[in-house]
Amino acid sequence: MQLDEFFVTGEPLIYAGMVSIVLVSAAILFILTYFKKWGWLWREWLTTVDHKKIGIMYILSALAMLFRGGADALMMRTQLAFPNMNFLNAQHYDEIFTTHGTVMIIFMAMPFLIGLMNVVVPLQIGARDVAFPYLNALSFWSFLFGAMLFNISFVIGGSPDAGWTSYTPLAGAAMSPGPGQNFYLMGLQLSGIGTLASGINFMVTILKMRAPGMKMFQMPIFTWSTLITSFIIVFAFPILTVALALMTLDRIFGAQFFTLTGEGMPMMWANLFWMWGHPEVYIVILPAFGIFSEVISTFARKQLFGYKAMVWAIILIAGLSFLVWVHHFFTMGAGAFVNSVFSISTMLIAVPTGVKIFNWLGTLYKSRINNTVAMMWSLAFIPSFVIGGVTGVMLGMASADYQFHNSYFLVAHFHYVLIAGTVFACFAGLVFWYPKMFGHKLNERLGRWSFWFFVIGFHVCFFPQYFAGLDGMPRRVFTIIPEWMPLNIISTVGAFGMGVGFAIFCYTIVYSYRYSERETSGDSWDDGRTLEWATPTPIPFYNFATVPHVDSQDAYVKLKEEGKTTFEEDELEPIHMPSNTGQPIIFMAFLAIASFGLVFEWMWMAIAGLLAGIVMMVIRSFDYDEGYHVEVDEIKRTERSARGL
Amino acid sequence: MTDHNKRIPTQHVVGFVLSIALTLLATWAALGSNLSTMWIISGIMILAVIQAGIQLFMFMHVVEFESKNGHVPWNMMFHGAVLAAIVVAGSLFTMSFGFTHDHDEEEHQYEQQENDDQEQQDEGEHEGH
Amino acid sequence: MSSHELKTGPLEYRTQEGQMTILGFWIFLAAEIVLFATLFATYAVLFGRTADSTPPAELFEPGIVLIMTFLLLTSSFTCGLAIHEMRRGSVKGLRNWMIVTLILGLSFLGFEIYEFIHYAHEGATLQSSAFWSAFFTLAGTHGLHVTLGIGWVILLLIQVTKRGLTPRTSRKFFIIGLYWHFLDVVWIFIFTSVYLIGMVV
Repeated sequence: MQLDEFFVTGEPLIYAGMVSIVLVSAAILFILTYFKKWGWLWREWLTTVDHKKIGIMYILSALAMLFRGGADALMMRTQLAFPNMNFLNAQHYDEIFTTHGTVMIIFMAMPFLIGLMNVVVPLQIGARDVAFPYLNALSFWSFLFGAMLFNISFVIGGSPDAGWTSYTPLAGAAMSPGPGQNFYLMGLQLSGIGTLASGINFMVTILKMRAPGMKMFQMPIFTWSTLITSFIIVFAFPILTVALALMTLDRIFGAQFFTLTGEGMPMMWANLFWMWGHPEVYIVILPAFGIFSEVISTFARKQLFGYKAMVWAIILIAGLSFLVWVHHFFTMGAGAFVNSVFSISTMLIAVPTGVKIFNWLGTLYKSRINNTVAMMWSLAFIPSFVIGGVTGVMLGMASADYQFHNSYFLVAHFHYVLIAGTVFACFAGLVFWYPKMFGHKLNERLGRWSFWFFVIGFHVCFFPQYFAGLDGMPRRVFTIIPEWMPLNIISTVGAFGMGVGFAIFCYTIVYSYRYSERETSGDSWDDGRTLEWATPTPIPFYNFATVPHVDSQDAYVKLKEEGKTTFEEDELEPIHMPSNTGQPIIFMAFLAIASFGLVFEWMWMAIAGLLAGIVMMVIRSFDYDEGYHVEVDEIKRTERSARGL
Repeated sequence: MTDHNKRIPTQHVVGFVLSIALTLLATWAALGSNLSTMWIISGIMILAVIQAGIQLFMFMHVVEFESKNGHVPWNMMFHGAVLAAIVVAGSLFTMSFGFTHDHDEEEHQYEQQENDDQEQQDEGEHEGH
Repeated sequence: MSSHELKTGPLEYRTQEGQMTILGFWIFLAAEIVLFATLFATYAVLFGRTADSTPPAELFEPGIVLIMTFLLLTSSFTCGLAIHEMRRGSVKGLRNWMIVTLILGLSFLGFEIYEFIHYAHEGATLQSSAFWSAFFTLAGTHGLHVTLGIGWVILLLIQVTKRGLTPRTSRKFFIIGLYWHFLDVVWIFIFTSVYLIGMVV
């Protein structure tokens, strides 16, 4: 292979990308070396098994991915603003919508939520870490290496260009030769390992490590949504694993699953992909529902209205999520009976979702709302998401779907649910729990600016797309006809509004780091209801000096009434904690090397990486490290300084 | 409640004998009997499910009080089985396309439908140009 | 992260860590069920799509498949005996039965490799048609699991020789036991729905 085949050449935008990658990497290396931070980085972050730090790393990476996906989006909107634009050519446009979709779903939405789960869930249930801290670190590194592998594709080898759904036969070896599509397969496969491990980890954590006395139906609602999301992950991700593996076999080893020769069946890919893909949609929306519920009940200063109905609604949605996948390809021609069955099951989902909407409204009803930025994101979510949901029911009607399918109507619909649902929730959750993570709040004034820019921009961007779709504009076209221009210009303006909102958000982080007051109490918003607010800020690495006994919902409210804390000096005992380890990052680095080898079909590299990975597993098997104990004296010292006693 | 200290684990022996017997029964049903294909397939699938149950309950101790894990293991196995059924049956159902029936009338209907679709497509193309 | 240890009951359940790891493995097995179910679904959908290659009914032979099935069923039984011996506190019993399990597993693999090579000689490979792709992937994934299981058992045998029976080593053996029985369950379904049905239809 020649060097000019290895690197992508001929595109000014990509050259700019290469230069910025080199510059940023050089800058990072320089800063780390100049300030002698390598040891600190390795000890405190790269080898950590602390759920809070892993959560923070997840969230930072997700923000970086949001930037990348957002940049893709702005490029697409620029290209589509006017007819016959020459900003991106067809091939480049195809690559960009593919990476935009994949990055946003797999490498932004999911890691962001998993990051929040990591930080918050152990704290909410009174645990000192997740069930398997080593595995948790492994999950993170598999995600990060998967994401890096996928992202590197635009400068090395070329990006995938068959859409984030990668339908065969287009994505097959015959029609998409070269490494591009392999990047998609290996990047998702690698990060998928981590997601499955996270799912198992959270299930065991929540089932086995709750504070003494905490019953299932006393768990905070975000913990509930995490438990059920993990359940979906455990049952949905293996389907993706297999689907990706089959396509890899097709592309690299000449198998015939989805080919047009050898009686392969291209439609089977769509079937498998959406059997995972639909539950995946709920994997990114259910935790979001959990976040909104926490934020709304905190700032409405009321117990969540209809807690049990909420939990059962989540369970029902999770169950139904496995029974609706065909609605993504009604037009494939599975016949009227098949389509009718899935049309009905799809519309059923609106029922539990409606229940939840009423729960939130019921919580707000007659409450004294504290209008913080986190609350504003949550309040904006309700009407915006309803628009997305209602148009979803329209799409769920099989006969009508023949009109809407693959048009901008669909594009508008899923952005309305994913942005108004997931992205708003990520912002709300980050702002809400930010003081717990970093010891200071995000500036509220700047937060409002970023909120209004983003939310108004969002509606301006996507509302016109419903109508563009009804006017016949198909998705994934790289150029528009003059009739669609007015709506598209509006849409592009909105997209840049969202970009400004995101930029202000990033500035808020920097500004608040420098100027925000440091937190002195653990209960940052004064109205905290669940156990995470019972810990002091900054949170000690062992979370709880003493774990409170829980016998009600909203455990911290009762704790406050009784004047108890998580530092009862006479109940202190040595705390057992896991040791840090560099194994996860090294292990996953080897697997990343193996995946990179497979992408270019360099078998020596793939096999070497895989063997090194197996060696790492053997090392792990012989590792009998028992962790260590934190002595009572140290706990006392830490708690006193954290609580200002 | 379990037989930890017994020299001979009765449960395991019974399970083993049963699984060998069921395997032989399934083989006979498939290769030696005169049943119709439909009966053979459903019969041997049921035998397989019974054997899976034997492994789970007699060998794997899916319900074990001392594990302190309550109902979670068999709950997960149960839901795993449900999901397996959905994935397999659902794929077959979805991938059947309604075109593989050998019933004459139905085939005719589909042909007609296809023709209609074709006509509509043609019309659409005319409008487009 | 409680390190309290119970005084009674099977060793593997005495620490909370042991209980949690075993529970985690059950959940992992649930994921494995779906993984294999997806492979079975692919096989079922692609059944009969042999294109120009040899149809399965001409290649599948009841004899060898029955031998493989009995080997694996017996290995599952001996693996159960090994865990039973472990719970009686006998390292020797555990080790001996596990070695028997290993030998049975290896012979199963030997037959499977022979079978695959035989099919390849008859013109049925991963590349020859959709049906054979699905067949080799399904049976091959199971075979790969068996291979991993064999390597894993060897590692654990070294560990138990060095450390004796502790809550951690018994937990590890209990889990490999679950894994091995699970592979047997998967094989029962492969035997039934791939080989038997393949020979009938």
